[in-house]
Amino acid sequence: MSRLDVRKTYKLYIGGKFPRSESGRSYEIVSAKGEFLANASMGSRKDVRDAVVAARSALSGWSGATPFNRGQVLYRVAEVLEGRRAQFIEEVAAGEGLSTRAAGAAVDAAIDRVVWYAGWTDKIAQVLGNVNPVAGPFFNVSAPEPTGVVGVLAPQGSSLLGLVSVIAPVIASGNTAVVVTSADRPLPAVTLGEVLATSDVPGGVVNIITARTAEVASWLAAHRDVNAIDLTGVAGADGVHWAALEAEAAGNLKRVYRPMVVDGRPVEPDWNADPGLGRIRAFVETKTVWHPKGL
Amino acid sequence: MPTFEYAPAPESRAIVTIEKSYGLFIDGAFTRPKATFATINPADETVLAEVSQAGPKDVDKAVAAARRAYEGVWGTMSGAERGKYLFRIARILQERAREFAVLETLDNGKPIKETRDVDVPTAAAHFFYHAGWADKLEYAGLSAGGAEAPRPHGVVGQVIPWNFPLLMLAWKIAPALATGNTVVLKPAETTPLSALLFAEVCQQADLPAGVVNIITGDGRTGQALVEHPDVDKVAFTGSTEVGKMIARSIAGTSKKATLELGGKAANIVFDDAPIDQAVEGIVSGIFFNQGQVCCAGSRLLVQENVHDQVIAKLKRRLGTLRVGDPMDKNSDLGAINSKAQLDRITALVEAGVAEGAERWSPECSLPAKGFWFPPTVLTGVSQTHRVATEEIFGPVLSVLTFRTPQEAVAKANNTAYGLSAGVWTEKGSRILWMADQLKAGVVWANTFNRFDPTSPFGGYKESGYGREGGRHGLEAYVTTAPATSSTQLTGATR
Repeated sequence: MSRLDVRKTYKLYIGGKFPRSESGRSYEIVSAKGEFLANASMGSRKDVRDAVVAARSALSGWSGATPFNRGQVLYRVAEVLEGRRAQFIEEVAAGEGLSTRAAGAAVDAAIDRVVWYAGWTDKIAQVLGNVNPVAGPFFNVSAPEPTGVVGVLAPQGSSLLGLVSVIAPVIASGNTAVVVTSADRPLPAVTLGEVLATSDVPGGVVNIITARTAEVASWLAAHRDVNAIDLTGVAGADGVHWAALEAEAAGNLKRVYRPMVVDGRPVEPDWNADPGLGRIRAFVETKTVWHPKGL
Repeated sequence: MPTFEYAPAPESRAIVTIEKSYGLFIDGAFTRPKATFATINPADETVLAEVSQAGPKDVDKAVAAARRAYEGVWGTMSGAERGKYLFRIARILQERAREFAVLETLDNGKPIKETRDVDVPTAAAHFFYHAGWADKLEYAGLSAGGAEAPRPHGVVGQVIPWNFPLLMLAWKIAPALATGNTVVLKPAETTPLSALLFAEVCQQADLPAGVVNIITGDGRTGQALVEHPDVDKVAFTGSTEVGKMIARSIAGTSKKATLELGGKAANIVFDDAPIDQAVEGIVSGIFFNQGQVCCAGSRLLVQENVHDQVIAKLKRRLGTLRVGDPMDKNSDLGAINSKAQLDRITALVEAGVAEGAERWSPECSLPAKGFWFPPTVLTGVSQTHRVATEEIFGPVLSVLTFRTPQEAVAKANNTAYGLSAGVWTEKGSRILWMADQLKAGVVWANTFNRFDPTSPFGGYKESGYGREGGRHGLEAYVTTAPATSSTQLTGATR
């Protein structure tokens, strides 16, 4: 007699907890071949707003943590990811329609990417900051600080490697994030939430909403308590117009990370390429402090 | 307290020749003046000159000239050669410094001692600083990690305000040119003259035609420039309201933008601060340039137990300020730049009084003609008052109190803006803690309103995005994305 397996319920990840959508809705997630995989929570405007509150609450603790501490926590994320490697390979392979081998390569790259950003946390200020030799008797230093609460439209295609490639640079510098997952491939994101919840990332630092991108993106773009938005996930998202989102983001002058555009259309970047510092730069603010020198 | 009488010490205006009317500076030459409007001296309301209102066709011509210059000469010139042009411009600005100072004071209304000692020398220094960057951009740390060497965007449209006309021009043009971009710049409607004189400097420096184009006009000209499809990057300094309009107008395009917008800076004085120095910092923080400064220390947050002492010393000090003829070398405060600005200051101060603030100004006789507002202190201001939340952009200080450092931080950060902040205390650890907590792009500790070409300037939150000056300021004028013909890559708008 074969054993009946215990299926997982995929929920949201907000403020360190795993609630269902307040809307009570769910939607069917199917594999690349069209087979039923799971029902995911269908996040709503209210879920986004709850996630922003959680991200704002977590900001002072996370941005105030030492960069060394953030680096250790991010490295811990990589450790726990590695431990769940098999589970992620299965989810990525099913969702993206990859062979086990190709999915394995994507999961490995995702783990290595987190390690890469873990090593950045205590180097960002050294690389992006400097002393300014002003023409007067003053100490003057410029250093990056996290921008604040960052809304992230995660890529629609790359459900784990792309996902960690947009989350890690946001939180490495001390921002907190509200992430709207790939609409059709959200399952690895929920599992990533479980990884984050068990690897010392404080609740609220990363909040994960599975949802129809077109339904919730504009609420995130227009939210007055969000400081920046990453529009990467507009590429391939049904019914999402990034120009409209950028225009809504202007309401409180959010910093906008635009999608990559080829021949007039947003496309997903090559996640295997060297990420560079662009995503870290995009979500930091340079603060310059002056003080006189004298006896 | 006795007031010392000073004999008048007016600077001569003979050094500067102002034309009767000006055309636009496009492609290295001035056009014939047309559709002109007057620019006046705000200190006495006399007409200084007529300048042209650039229409959409003029904007087209200027952008086309900039494009030709970018593709034909400036974008391909070696950094070293570009740098030498900028060094030339810096030197000419120094040589003609007095002329610029006089012209700026006449057109803007700010005291000659400020244009002479701050605006003009700092503008020259900006060109000198950026000249040196032109052939060293690959050392600026912008292109590591898979990114390509920094390249210019192309044609930059720049719109600047009236509070520091020449200095803002320098902040905009120097980095743009150093990085290989060409420029169409629109000075403010009320202060176009120093930019037009700068056009002459470009001619004297033999700057290739079209590299710098100066077009005058009102907001319509600025809008046409910002929205022009062949402008690759926009740089704007001005109000948050217009900044948001620009951010909306470039949404969904490949245009980049830097926005340097409003502020409502807190200047925080702790009870252990050197009070006399703090009072000087409060005065320069809010009365420098008649308070028409985006980073002005317009909210004084003073620790409750020293409030009365600080206010008494402040009032005593304000009694010694000389308000009057901007051309007089002894004047500390000059005229408000325009009637519209004076009306706005007046209305906001009246609103402050209506909401319960107590208004005080030193005795001073203001000239009958021109636009004048006395240095004003509003005490008893609470956080919800309009004078505590809205940018007044005038010589008006709103005074609030606090008890603990945490309360000071909460109040200081309780604003949509985040441009600058000041902290006054003798305790070093508290300075550094405060500097960490304050959400502002520039924090001045035991000083205020300091500017330097090497020091990045720009805000958090609704004070805009991007930095100007220093190594960080270069970032806004270059791209490090791979260039391929079929691919139009865009990154963060920052």
